Amino acid sequence: MFPFTLEKAGSAEAAIAAAATGARYIAGGTTLIDLMREEVERPERLIDINGLPLGGIRVEGDDLLIGALARMADVAADNNVQRLQPLIAESLIEGASPQLRNMASMGGNMLQRVRCPYFRMLDVGCNKRTPGSGCAAIEGINAGHAILGTSDYCVATHPSDVAVALVALDATMRVHGPQGERSFPVEDLFRIPGDTPHLEHTLLPGELIVELRVPGGPYARNARYLKVRDRASYEFALVSAAAALAIENGVIREARLAVGGVGTRPWRLRACEAALAGKKPDRQAFEEAAELATEGVRPLHHNAFKVVLLPRTIVRALELAGEVA
Amino acid sequence: MNDKSDMAHAARPVASTDMSRRDVLALAGATASVSVIPTLLDSTAMAETAVASITVLVSFTVNDQRQQLNIDPRQSLLDVLRETLDLPGTKKGCNQGACGACTVLVDGRRIVSCLTLASMHDDAQIETIEGLEKDGELHPLQEAFVAHEGLQCGFCTSGQIMSGLGCIAEGHSGSPEEIQFWMSGNICRCGAYPGIVAAVADAAKRS
Repeated sequence: MFPFTLEKAGSAEAAIAAAATGARYIAGGTTLIDLMREEVERPERLIDINGLPLGGIRVEGDDLLIGALARMADVAADNNVQRLQPLIAESLIEGASPQLRNMASMGGNMLQRVRCPYFRMLDVGCNKRTPGSGCAAIEGINAGHAILGTSDYCVATHPSDVAVALVALDATMRVHGPQGERSFPVEDLFRIPGDTPHLEHTLLPGELIVELRVPGGPYARNARYLKVRDRASYEFALVSAAAALAIENGVIREARLAVGGVGTRPWRLRACEAALAGKKPDRQAFEEAAELATEGVRPLHHNAFKVVLLPRTIVRALELAGEVA
Repeated sequence: MNDKSDMAHAARPVASTDMSRRDVLALAGATASVSVIPTLLDSTAMAETAVASITVLVSFTVNDQRQQLNIDPRQSLLDVLRETLDLPGTKKGCNQGACGACTVLVDGRRIVSCLTLASMHDDAQIETIEGLEKDGELHPLQEAFVAHEGLQCGFCTSGQIMSGLGCIAEGHSGSPEEIQFWMSGNICRCGAYPGIVAAVADAAKRS
């Protein structure tokens, strides 16, 4: 690990000022410390933000507000989260391990880096790690890689589970930065790689995620997260789906759908949602909508199975959501 | 065994001494390191000076003992426990948060000590496997691991036990299936899982 200095942030303003001049925020550290040890990340200055009062979880009307420093485990176990937004709780519990969920913050979860093995191998090409060095995954072992949103420069999937749920639920995030405060959809945080895969998110220099807001909706309580993976727990998704349905008089009034494990960012499926509206919540409607999910896929040598698994996972997730609706 | 250099060259078995296996390994490691230091000293002198200038002071409690340490900010909690505080019961398996062998309790919560910087735990209450035995009596979960043979080689065991304490305290030990899911952050390459699950279930019932 390269040497660095570590400072404790006395206030958000002080932390933002430090980050605006090149320091990196550290909260749970579960991604950053790992990558620093591998020398993929080499920050010279770290700002420990754990002392900032950003860990609260509260309710405002129908909306759920989650502080950026709230730990995954605490959010998943929170009564209001389970009551108002069970999809958030379920997607959190399906991610990582109990130990990591006790450590990792929600803000850090949003900004976690990819799990592509080549990103961590300093002796092979990776455009995300070293722009212009090539992508070893495209011709390498790529069973775990993305089929949506990829480019000739990067094919890594976004690894978060809860981000998929947040994107499905139209969550927004509030950030503080040197220029003040702003809010925007969580979905807009994530960039697709294009020819600049080293640019992963849309935060401006120094901006600090302070809070996530999950709006209530008629579908919020009728939502399920289904994660398909190589073992029953503690594994990244091959394909996952967050599905939420508002059903009135036996007809789908509104649907929300996003998928993980297949996209270079959490992947919202608005065409599928539109196809579900007004339909009876049955298998035929779910299958017809799910077929639209594979539009524009770019399978690689080892991950063509995801093209088949994706619609099947969506159908199953919609069926599970239909059972609680 | 006062003369360490004697040990390095000793051809005789050490079984007749009162040293433990761990002492012998530690001593052998120390003497081996000493012998290579002169050749590296020149090239590392600069780097060591730079590192020394950025050490940080941290104080926390480990197994009810207050510790005040001057450490390199790069040191993980795991490395400080094992190397600085000589508490090698917490194991280094993968050193990347995937195996759970380094699990300890920090302020009552189970975490992997390899993925956290020791310097970020000022004022924390840390519990390791060494702190579980009280007055010569094993902790009930330790007893349960013995009774249910929740181990084979034993390398993952301290992490399993510390994680098991967290699992029980969180209320996730209601059924074998629940225990399996909530203990999935701890890998056992010997495959002693049936015994591990039985031990956690047994201890949960008694607690």
